[in-house]
Amino acid sequence: MNLDEILEDAEREFAAAGSLPILDQVKARYLGKSGAITAQMKTLGALSAEERKAAGARINHVKDQVETLLRARRDAIQAAELARQLAAESIDVTLPGRGDAVAGLHPVTRTMARIEALFASIGFEVADGPEIETDFYNFTALNIPENHPARAMHDTFYLEGGNLLRTHTSPVQVHYMQNQQPPIRIIAPGRVYRCDSDVTHTPMFHQVEGLWVDESVSFADLKGILADFMARFFERDNLAVRFRPSFFPFTEPSAEMDIGCVICNGAGCRVCSHTGWLEVLGCGMVHPNVFGYVGIDGERYQGFAFGLGVERLAMLRYGVDDLRLFFENDVRFLKQFA
Amino acid sequence: MQFSEAWLRSLVNPALNTQELGHLLTMAGLEVEALEPVAPAFEQVVVAEILSAEKHPNADRLQVCQVNVGEAQPLTIVCGAPNARAGMKTACALVGAVLPGDFQIKQAKVRDVASFGMLCSSKELGIAGDAAGIMELPATATVGQPLRQWLNLDDHLITLKLTPNRGDCLSLNGIAREVAALAAVPFTPVDSAPVAAACDATFPIGIAAEAACPRYCGRVIRGIDAGAVSPAWMVERLERSGLRAIHPVVDVTNYVLLELGQPMHGFDLALLRGGIQVRMARVGEPLALLNEQSITLSEDTLAIADDSGALALAGIMGGAASAVSASSTDIFLEAAHFDPDAIAGRARRYGLSTDSSHRFERGVDPELPRLAMERATRLILDICGGECGPISEVGHGVAARAPIAFRPARVRRLLGFDLADATMRDILQRLDLRVAGEGETWTVTAPSHRFDITGEVDLIEEIARVHGYDAIPVVAPRGQASLLPAEEGKRSPLDLKKLMVARGYQEIITYSFISQELDQDFRATGAALPLLNPIASQMGVMRGSLMGGLMQALKHNLNHGQERLRLFEIGRAFLSAEADAQPRHAAGLAYGAARAEQWGEPTRGVDFFDVKADVEALVHPLPVAFAPAEHPALHPGQCARISLEGVAVGWLGTLHPRLVLSHGLARAPILFELDLSALLTGEAPRYQGVPRLPAVRRDIAVVVDEKQPLATLLSTVRAAMPALISDFSLFDVYQGQGVEQGKKSLAFKMLLQHTQKTLTESEIESAVQEVVGILNDQFNASLRR
Repeated sequence: MNLDEILEDAEREFAAAGSLPILDQVKARYLGKSGAITAQMKTLGALSAEERKAAGARINHVKDQVETLLRARRDAIQAAELARQLAAESIDVTLPGRGDAVAGLHPVTRTMARIEALFASIGFEVADGPEIETDFYNFTALNIPENHPARAMHDTFYLEGGNLLRTHTSPVQVHYMQNQQPPIRIIAPGRVYRCDSDVTHTPMFHQVEGLWVDESVSFADLKGILADFMARFFERDNLAVRFRPSFFPFTEPSAEMDIGCVICNGAGCRVCSHTGWLEVLGCGMVHPNVFGYVGIDGERYQGFAFGLGVERLAMLRYGVDDLRLFFENDVRFLKQFA
Repeated sequence: MQFSEAWLRSLVNPALNTQELGHLLTMAGLEVEALEPVAPAFEQVVVAEILSAEKHPNADRLQVCQVNVGEAQPLTIVCGAPNARAGMKTACALVGAVLPGDFQIKQAKVRDVASFGMLCSSKELGIAGDAAGIMELPATATVGQPLRQWLNLDDHLITLKLTPNRGDCLSLNGIAREVAALAAVPFTPVDSAPVAAACDATFPIGIAAEAACPRYCGRVIRGIDAGAVSPAWMVERLERSGLRAIHPVVDVTNYVLLELGQPMHGFDLALLRGGIQVRMARVGEPLALLNEQSITLSEDTLAIADDSGALALAGIMGGAASAVSASSTDIFLEAAHFDPDAIAGRARRYGLSTDSSHRFERGVDPELPRLAMERATRLILDICGGECGPISEVGHGVAARAPIAFRPARVRRLLGFDLADATMRDILQRLDLRVAGEGETWTVTAPSHRFDITGEVDLIEEIARVHGYDAIPVVAPRGQASLLPAEEGKRSPLDLKKLMVARGYQEIITYSFISQELDQDFRATGAALPLLNPIASQMGVMRGSLMGGLMQALKHNLNHGQERLRLFEIGRAFLSAEADAQPRHAAGLAYGAARAEQWGEPTRGVDFFDVKADVEALVHPLPVAFAPAEHPALHPGQCARISLEGVAVGWLGTLHPRLVLSHGLARAPILFELDLSALLTGEAPRYQGVPRLPAVRRDIAVVVDEKQPLATLLSTVRAAMPALISDFSLFDVYQGQGVEQGKKSLAFKMLLQHTQKTLTESEIESAVQEVVGILNDQFNASLRR
């Protein structure tokens, strides 16, 4: 067989090889120990030095060509096999992920976390207190003596032995101030209880109490911080606010804070009873009698306290129109806040 | 407190429109809760007189009326009202009038008869009254006068939501006084000039409880006209305050209550025996009240009595037996001062809430009884005639108000802005406070009607309020310069909540009170804590565990079409009423398939170990241990006590089959509950060297008794194994073919590691054999080849 025929045959046989194992078998027929090219090489020994050099060069040239053909075929086969594999392995990427179901925080938690984060940013720490309280912490130390008409505003749940469920988060003020001298800057989120249940009242709800006591914390500071808080909470730079005189036994002067209705922007709607204003928070300067009960010098120190209803803010923020949804724990409602 | 704007304006009339007046009140702390017109807008409705009424020629139920509307010629008006008749005075809407509901009155033909207007019912005009026919106006009404004018309909009803400290504003006089101070305008106090006695009739009065009743005024009025009726102006004002006219004497006492704020009571003199005594009630003393309620008095209740027994609940409500009635001719009027502490809480206890108790609980001006008595006498004599005796007054009275030391600088410091001394003095004086002294400390005395002003801070509030909260500047928040502590190892409850959410658990918030039964089922510690006044029995006791609430939420959601639920809650459990026995817990529940419904894998139900992984994730990196235990609500064979460094912190388990059945569940949920405080602690991470040399892994499988808990086996081996074993952990559990009945095969992975050198095969083998030896000796474990 001459070299040209070998080259032609190799080219034809490589092309016919459909897979790498077959290609390897074909390769052996040319480049293997008893392959055609190797056989040609073996003939060189019989030639003279002169002839050997020329013939060797010819054989090597053909060998190079065969190897080039082999590489090209190998690449082609590998490319085809990869293409086949990729085609076989293709999936429907639009099928749903095999993960777990979506879950979320309760909207009340979301709201409280937001409130905590905003106040933490100006140095308020979170404080906590018991929910079964004594008369002293819930009322007396907050300047609400027995038979005070303000007690009638708190429909209180009682337990045996004179204990009660706290009607507001304000007792946390008392606990904290009994153990800490000013400067004090805390917020106290938590559950509170009132013996009242209808469309707009649940017997349990959440409040966040705030307290800042130092030597010169003034009513002007109270206005500044709470106005800023509401603007940040509702993400409205131009939120209208107003403070109205009110009455809480444990603060004086006391105020109710209203914000411009975030539903109708003050134009008047059902949510704001067509007044354009929403009552969102009660606040005031800590009453000297409260300082007296907790052993803080009310001549040296002064400060403000506030209490806000978490559910109310959550309803306004997320557009929830029924308070009772918060405690039905229907996941179809709750998952909307994930 | 509801009243007519016109009434208020008769006492004080600032140059403010209705809305502005409302705003003034609201921004001064007298919140206007409602402000509405007495009647909706309408015009061209006049007082008219029906001159004649004849049957319509073409309709049985219609009449053709000739109506005088004050013009030269009467109008012909067709009317269908059954009460339309000649001679009556009524309301007539003229052609061109627009009635409420945008109803336009036009000239019209009614069954071929031209009609030039409409006779109106009160309903058609949007005002209260009998809607059965057209309005019946009194004969004194002036024909042709606009109806709005005749009925004073251009008026508003103002409702104030008063705070408990402002009892002084529970009267028109009090509100007028306040408006005058706020708007700096004069006001006309109610005329309560003395009425001279026309006879010397008196009735004896004695006070046996002078602290509770420091002043009692009485007066006899004889010979009143039993047939008298209250005048229209008074009825109108009463009605616009939400009170009905009843009897002239009662109407007058109600009127004076509204006008001056002094509750009064009228007795029928003929029904009184001996003399009036103000005394504490006797235990068990019966009293039939005016509202037909019969009560039994307790001894801390102040009573008005005569020789026959208790007549009235002092300051709260009169009794039925001594009440003024239509046949009364001689009456005894009472105007007294009762101490707030003697009244507060009593009405509520008897299930009562009256205009009188509402005022006395908040404090009534002790100087009012005599003024009110004079005012009421004048009105009764004017309306009912008769003759009055002199006022009898007993009681030591109320001590003058103590002066208050007041420092203007304190105002500036507390309010945080500069306010001139002169402004403060002006405000205090406008509020009828007596100001004496100058300089750093003044002396200020409150008037008798301001029960709420007892200290300096009360004065500061008055100044802030009258100056206006709006006028106090807003100071931008000032953060503290030092940073808050940031303990890196600590985790917040919110961190844990987010972790649970990331593991697919939905946060819920359930009521802290549950039913007695549910509490009993799930409470592991302490006794039930019942509420004395629960909203409902299913919210009757404080929860001792959060599991009950999770169960209720599970059932609610199963009933609403859910099939797979992961729920958790963080909140307090109540082990006892003590402040330190109300720990916050974190609890979770898993029910249904292990994975949310999906297309790619076989579905299986969630089990103990799925949830155990959630608990381990929640606790990580704290060293947690689980030990078999029993909990009243959990399956005794699938329940673990969870502990951290030997301290029990919670439970994990499958719901007890008994409860699965009683709660009607198709399968058992897995529940866990942990003491939250244990999860919040922790340390910042601490670096330990990472070995440079690769670890060698050897696996062994041993057969042990199937009851053998893994945890004790692991801890025993780990405590005793050679130091070069860096990890010894389980990777497979097998029972079945090849393993004897009652046994199980446990497969362990061992990682062997020397920090300095590469281990030889013999070193490795001897370490493995050492572990096998421990297992064999301590747990009778045989190596499985």
